[in-house]
Amino acid sequence: MTSNLVTIIDYGSGNLHSVAKAFERAVRDANLDIQIEVTSSADRVAQADKIVLPGVGAFADCRKGLDAVDGMVDALEENVIQKGRPFLGICVGTQLMAQRGLEKETTNGLGWIKGDVIEIMPDDPKLKIPQIGWNTIDLVGEKNKDHPLFNGIKTGPEGSHAYFVHSYHIAANENEIIATTNYGGPVTAIVGRDNIIGTQFHPEKSQKLGLAFITNFLKWKP
Amino acid sequence: MLKSRIIPCLDVKDGRVVKGVSFVDLIDAGDPVQAAKAYDAAGADELTFLDITASSDNRSIIFDVIKETAEHCFMPVTVGGGVREVADVRKLLNSGADKVAMNTAAINRPELVKEAADKFGNQCIVVAMDAKKVSADNEPDRWELFTHGGREKTGIEVGEFARKVTALGAGEILLTSMDQDGQKNGYDLALTRYVADSVRVPVIASGGVGNLDHLVDGIKLGGAGAVLAASIFHFGTFTIGEAKQHMHDAGIAVRLD
Repeated sequence: MTSNLVTIIDYGSGNLHSVAKAFERAVRDANLDIQIEVTSSADRVAQADKIVLPGVGAFADCRKGLDAVDGMVDALEENVIQKGRPFLGICVGTQLMAQRGLEKETTNGLGWIKGDVIEIMPDDPKLKIPQIGWNTIDLVGEKNKDHPLFNGIKTGPEGSHAYFVHSYHIAANENEIIATTNYGGPVTAIVGRDNIIGTQFHPEKSQKLGLAFITNFLKWKP
Repeated sequence: MLKSRIIPCLDVKDGRVVKGVSFVDLIDAGDPVQAAKAYDAAGADELTFLDITASSDNRSIIFDVIKETAEHCFMPVTVGGGVREVADVRKLLNSGADKVAMNTAAINRPELVKEAADKFGNQCIVVAMDAKKVSADNEPDRWELFTHGGREKTGIEVGEFARKVTALGAGEILLTSMDQDGQKNGYDLALTRYVADSVRVPVIASGGVGNLDHLVDGIKLGGAGAVLAASIFHFGTFTIGEAKQHMHDAGIAVRLD
């Protein structure tokens, strides 16, 4: 059975329009029987077959935005953690899965992924912060080397590029890091476990790699 | 590793590209969305729109331009021009911009940088600085900020201002040399290097590109993380692909996929 409702959560974060358009494009190009819906309704999220939590902004402000939507955190807990529906976080949407965010002030995250969101610290002082631009993706460990979300996407130093624009990342446990990117040492690019995945980069802004990744998520059956 | 970026810049006035874009057979050379699509297809790493609309009646057209661009182009877009308050930043981000550049407003009221960065994160706040050299030949270099297209002097020293706005939360500096802009003699490399060395955030070099070596110099000698150019791309003097190949051949890591 194909998933037919994918909800993109609207909680006042900036990049909704771009995310929605990229998902709609992926559905069209791959001819999928999927409805993409941008919603701030916890009920719709509770009914969704897949859920996307985008995010642009400061951690504390995004957390406040999410909490301000009536019943949304509960709907997420129920549908993603208890029912195991596939979930994709993007950028700050990914960071919100961590235990705490340390950007500007300390804020609790959803606690789905162990670790805090901390400032990236490239070992080369000449490297700039934020990391802004295109970087390659390294899948971590044997279990991730054929990860279904990278089906058809070339990874490694000679692989395809994803667009990053961030000063912070999740310092996650190794077993929940799916991919890193090299920026003066490994920086968390993707975290996840079971039905949960989150990217630090912006698939909706990563041209070919991004659309391929989104298509893979839409087809994903964890 | 992170790649150096090439950023074509489109000046938009009343919803139209100023001077037009002629490097591909566009049906409408003045349509910013068509130009954006062409640059997306050509492999540009980002796109910058500078809205130079003067009339307040037409101020809102840029939001539609950004929205429509985001429907077709899945690439990063920076928008600047006319940003005066946090609400302007929100509207641009909601329309599909990834980064918002502020210029005069950051000079007049630097706290705006902090307000916007606290709300949206440092990574999406760009401060655009228009600089001119004010020192004489026999004096140590000194550059100051100018506004109103280089006509109005502010007396503010560029390095000091760059440090100030990054401390407030700017995540990137778009640095244009008003001396070099339009001259096709290359970036002001001493200026670029000076600002790049003054701050931890990436600097985008702008103003003066006439050939592909200038792009290489902006990265290698200027220390920029990204190079911005307009006319050499718009008028088809060089393609994005040629520019990337040239930078790659010069030993600069660029995205070729």
